[in-house]
Parts: sequence; structure tokens; C-alpha cells
Amino acid sequence: MSNLYARITRDSLWNNNIVFSQTLGLCPTMAVTSTATNGLGMGLATTAVLIASNMLISSMRHAVSEEVRIPVYIVIIATLVTLVDVSINAWAHDLYKVLGLYIALIVANCAVLGRAEAYAAKNPILPSGMDGLMMGLGFTIALTIIGAVREILGAGTLFADAHLLLGSAFSFMEMQIIPDYKGFLLMILPPGGFLAVGFLIAGKRIIDRRRQAVSARMPDAASVIS
Amino acid sequence: MNLEALRGKLFYQAASLGGVALITTAALALADRATSADIAAAQARDMQQSLTQVLPGEFDNDMLKDTLLLNGPNGEVTVYRARRAGQVEAVVFKVTGNGYAGPIDCMMGVDRTGQITGVRVIKHKETPGLGDKIEPAKGRWIFDFEGKSLGDPPAEKWAVKKDGGVFDQFAGATITPRGVVKAVKGGMEFFDKQRDRLLDDSPGGK
Repeated sequence: MSNLYARITRDSLWNNNIVFSQTLGLCPTMAVTSTATNGLGMGLATTAVLIASNMLISSMRHAVSEEVRIPVYIVIIATLVTLVDVSINAWAHDLYKVLGLYIALIVANCAVLGRAEAYAAKNPILPSGMDGLMMGLGFTIALTIIGAVREILGAGTLFADAHLLLGSAFSFMEMQIIPDYKGFLLMILPPGGFLAVGFLIAGKRIIDRRRQAVSARMPDAASVIS
Repeated sequence: MNLEALRGKLFYQAASLGGVALITTAALALADRATSADIAAAQARDMQQSLTQVLPGEFDNDMLKDTLLLNGPNGEVTVYRARRAGQVEAVVFKVTGNGYAGPIDCMMGVDRTGQITGVRVIKHKETPGLGDKIEPAKGRWIFDFEGKSLGDPPAEKWAVKKDGGVFDQFAGATITPRGVVKAVKGGMEFFDKQRDRLLDDSPGGK
């Protein structure tokens, strides 16, 4: 059983990462990652929706017929997003002022429907919840990295306004990486998002290929160690 | 009949889709009920904050409730009135300018002598790094309006320097400050035209 969860974790965070491998959910990715803080906030909100939608859809996977599954999933996902949206607006209004525009964008994140269709519709509730959590975390990490790259190159800061998202206890995260930086507007604007994502995907491919080459050269390295 | 056989039936499919829609709609209605009061309170707090920003000082009425609805420069506009001992001391209202990337919404406060007490941009989509210097967090520009009135500077000087006026433009962004200046000037003309109604001391309702 723990083997299953380990595989889900590995797949979600690296092998099958929503942004860097599946290249899904690029609409919200490009829209929000002008700073690392925005990426982190969007990632966490998406994770919450992913966990809930995966578990809910998994719990009714026997009752939903093939022909109407897509509208059923979409209605459920849209409802969950709206619930997250109104609760944050009501009970974490300062956070809403930072994230408000982006929360509705989660509906447009095809990765949520993708996980419902590819995993939750075929698997039990707990693994589906785990899949949602780990896919969400993989998405969060990806968005935070993209945001960090764009923010450092574009504005010279890192995690600016983190206290608005996480509370004043986290203002230590706000850093000025490059002092007296004039700013590089291109990275903040949409083209910077495409550039950052492109280079990061290329970087991941290089790492994957190196690892493949290593395991091909030493096929029995693993068995020797064990 | 078991679930397997049922799932193939058209009736079951329609009913299940309808059932899901019904349940989710009910959930949304409940959530709306549970949150609408808190959301309204939070928005009122935001409004109160933006009012105090453009209109510093102590007043003895609840400005959010002491409003007037008038025809302003951009259609109907809600005017918030600040009073001391019943006398209207200042008014706050919203004006909208045309920026580089869409409308720029500003709140502006004007005291009874016609002097601007403050202007703040509350919503805009200007280019980050160029046009967003209209935000107080990014620059001091928006404070230039404080203390100005329709005669000071004279009407023809109510423009950015490039157009022969007194207000600075930004390097690489003229359209944004031009839009804000034009909106504020429109607001001042509105105040001038409606002065008697705006400063009417009779108690106003909602």
C-alpha cells in the first residue's frame, strides 16, 4: 500500500508533473506567476480544489455513467471552485484581494478535470485524495519556481508581499535578491512566462535524460547496492 | 435492477445529471447565504479604508450610509458625504479615466472649499513597471493632486506636462497619467457644477 503512495508522490512531483511534464494548466500558470508569492497562492488554492474534486468524483465513480461523466465532473469542479472563492472572500478577505482574480481561473485549469478523468474516476477514494494532494503540490512547486525565476529576473525580489498571503509572520520570506535593480519588464509580462516555462521544461528534460543515461550504463547498479 | 444495468439507461443518465446539478446548486445557495453578510462587511471595510485614505481627518457621521446618487462624469455616481455637526465638510466619489489598458477607477475627496483632499487609484490594468506608478505603493505621483483645485492650477493647466499642464508624466507612459488627470479634472468640474446639491446640509438617507 505504501508502495502505491510512494509511486503517486514520485509521479506527481516529478515524472508526471502537471506543468513540467503534462504541460497542462498553462492558462493559470502564465497568468499568475509574475511573482513567487502569487504562484504559491494559486498553487495552494488549486491543491485544495484538486483534493476535494478527486475524492468526491472517486466516491461517486460507480454511480456516474460513462455518457454523462464529463458534465457531471465539470459541474462538481465549478461548484467547488465557487465554494473556495466565496469562502476566501468572506473569511480571508485580505488574501482574496491578492488572489481573487485568479481563483475563478482554477475552473479553466484542465489539469483538475484531467485528474478526475485519468485517476479519480478509476481509483478508490484515499489514493484519489493522495493523487489530488500530490498533483496539487507538484503544481504548487512548479508555479512557485516559475514565479521565483520571473520575479528575480524581472524585479530583483523574491516572495514580495508574502505577508499578504501567509500573514505577517512570513514577512521574513520577502527578499531583495538584486539590490538597486532597475527591473527587466519582459520577464514580468506574459512573454516572460513562456520563456521561463520553456527553459524550465528544457532543464527538466536534460536532467531526465542524464538519469536515463546513467541507469542504462549501469543496469545492475541498483541490484549491487541492494 | 442493479447499478450496472441502470447506468446504461437514458432516464438514469438524465436523472443523475439533474440530481448532481440540483445538489450543487443547493450547496451554492447555502454557501451564498452563509457568506454574503461577511462578504458585504468586508467590502464595506474596504470602502471605509479607501474613504479614509482620500479624506483624512475625523468626521462624526457614517459616510457609508450618508450618500447621494447623482449624474456624474461617468454616469451615475455615489457620493459619500463627511459631516461635522451636521455640516457637509467634504465629499468623496469615484471617477473613471481611460488608461493604456482599460479603465482606471479612482476615488477622490474634495472639501467644501473645492480643494482636493486626496486621490487614490482603486483599480487599473496598466503595465507593471511603467504605468503602475499611479499606485501609492509604487510612486508619489498620485499625491500631487492634494491641495489642488479648479482655479489652482487654472483649467488649461490641468494636464500632464507634455500637454502643457502641471502634472508629471512617467518615462515611457504618458497615456496612464493623462487618463488619471483627465478623470480627476472631470471630477472637479462635476463638483463645481453640483456644488449646491453636494454641500446641501439637509440630512441624507441611503
